[in-house]
Amino acid sequence: MGDEFRLERVSEAEWILPATGAMRVPARIFADAEMIAVLRAETGGEWSALRQVRNVAALPGIVGAAIGLPDIHPGYGFPIGGVAAFDRNDGVVVVGGVGFDINCGVRLMRTSLTRSAISDRLDRLADDLYRTVPAGLGSTGKLKLALAEIDRLLAAGAKYVIDHGYGLEQDLEFIEEQGTMPGADPGAVSVRAKERQFRQVGTLGAGNHYLEVQYVEEVLDPAAATAYGLQRDQIVISIHTGSRALGHQIGQDYLTEMEAATRKYGIEVPELELVCAPIASPEGRRYLSAVASGANCAFANREVIGHLVRESFTRVFGTRPEEVPLVYDIGHNNAKFERHVVAGEARTVLVHRKGSTRAFGPGRDEAPVPYREVGHPTLVGGSMGTASYVLRGTEVGMEKTFGSGVHGAGRAVSRRKAAKRYFGREIEQELRSRGIVLRAHSMRGVAEEAPGAYKDVERVVAAAQTAGINQVVARLRPLAVIKG
Amino acid sequence: MRFEYRDHAADVEVRGIGDTVEEAFAAAAAGMFNVMVDLDRIVPQQRLTIAVSAPRIELLLVEWLGTLLGEKEISGLIFSRFAVEIDTVAGKSRLRGSAWGEQLDPARHRPKLEVKGVSYAGLRVENQDEKWIAQCVLDT
Repeated sequence: MGDEFRLERVSEAEWILPATGAMRVPARIFADAEMIAVLRAETGGEWSALRQVRNVAALPGIVGAAIGLPDIHPGYGFPIGGVAAFDRNDGVVVVGGVGFDINCGVRLMRTSLTRSAISDRLDRLADDLYRTVPAGLGSTGKLKLALAEIDRLLAAGAKYVIDHGYGLEQDLEFIEEQGTMPGADPGAVSVRAKERQFRQVGTLGAGNHYLEVQYVEEVLDPAAATAYGLQRDQIVISIHTGSRALGHQIGQDYLTEMEAATRKYGIEVPELELVCAPIASPEGRRYLSAVASGANCAFANREVIGHLVRESFTRVFGTRPEEVPLVYDIGHNNAKFERHVVAGEARTVLVHRKGSTRAFGPGRDEAPVPYREVGHPTLVGGSMGTASYVLRGTEVGMEKTFGSGVHGAGRAVSRRKAAKRYFGREIEQELRSRGIVLRAHSMRGVAEEAPGAYKDVERVVAAAQTAGINQVVARLRPLAVIKG
Repeated sequence: MRFEYRDHAADVEVRGIGDTVEEAFAAAAAGMFNVMVDLDRIVPQQRLTIAVSAPRIELLLVEWLGTLLGEKEISGLIFSRFAVEIDTVAGKSRLRGSAWGEQLDPARHRPKLEVKGVSYAGLRVENQDEKWIAQCVLDT
């Protein structure tokens, strides 16, 4: 079956699938040879990321290439670790290219504390964070918003919660889109979605979402690390979560609307999961307004959690909120209009990133001012107990991936298999023996999220670096893990 | 009627199986809630009625499960028992269903996993070997 995918190796970690059949553009895959072998092996099965990236390359108005990053794995029609850009006039917006967890992402905050300074209070800190940050299915946030207030939050994003006392004004510069996605229209979001969010603002969620206290184990790009305010042994905090129930409901609502739009506009999609609408159509525009609203919800959510983290640090270490500044907050499920050079021509395209972050290299004015010379950071989450990474965008990445970066490891073993293979309590002890404190609402969830259930994040990052699309800045190791 | 799960790398594929399509839909719903909470922990004391429609029976399954899923935040309810009636009028599939459950209480229900959405992946509603199946992949 692998033969139907005649991948040509361009360099050590870059491959091209030339446009054949229904493909309008080639597919470009960034991966090492072993990863490619795994991708090829699964093409015969029901789930194939290679088939998905090929299908995406066949969608109307796609420009450049359909892109698979080193963490590529099968998603819903659109691969996770996938990037695709579409012409704003002739292209489509694909609901599977954003997914159910709109603007799910990672936020990194730094402190001036060092590893040795917190070791005797690590358990206390973990307990405090566990009590303070609502997590797990059925948990509710402190901020309960009436519908009119939800509308304001969806329009303004992180700015809304900062204005209500959750977060610092100076955080905004260090959030992608300054914490407010342009084009948000709360009117494009169903009342049902807003009702679901009523008690969900400032909650972490469950599954692969987490809050980690980490230390900087190694700095690999000193100039960028200095710009980001990162140094060896420094204590940092990572928050991985998204737009919660509101984003989930937008995804669900628009799956139905896009299915109807696909038929209405006579768009031929290779599979049902790739339902889409022309970007320029009323349906497409409405969906993008809803996505921007969902993205704002995610920015606001992470801002509130960041505020709660600062409160915990104040209680345990006596730090002031401004002593725990934001390094960056960036999403990895989004569709956004951006300026890119395509075939030598500067144009505005709609970039879908599903399980991929924006990773703009040096010189782009979308980055916070202090980061412009080196490019903005991208945040790569590890699995529980493994390393996380701070990367940055590169010029090669701007040219080859629409300025996109890897987002994580990706699952290797299904949740059910993981739950049979691992035991939550054993994982907790194993982490404890390595000096990592775990606080989790569900021990079954811990088993499902076992580090062994994920692919190796080190290899994902190494492949991105070898291909030149992302540059490794720093490696982070967890000290305390809070899970839903 | 019963439900089963099939392995899927990142998510959960749920399959409801029944003598009728209605039973298969009810079983798929039970399978979906069992991903989140063990069904025997849920007391079916409160009833919620649902009416949804879709252009095709497969899409009706997504509407049914997606609507039930939303209730865990909107009304705070999780469910363990389901009853479904399906008919087709003017080329549209319609469903009227009931779900019985109670308020989600994390301390008592000890939730396992959160389902984010009901996807079009693996979507099938069909008669197989004298049984009806209703299946799809849940995003978790």
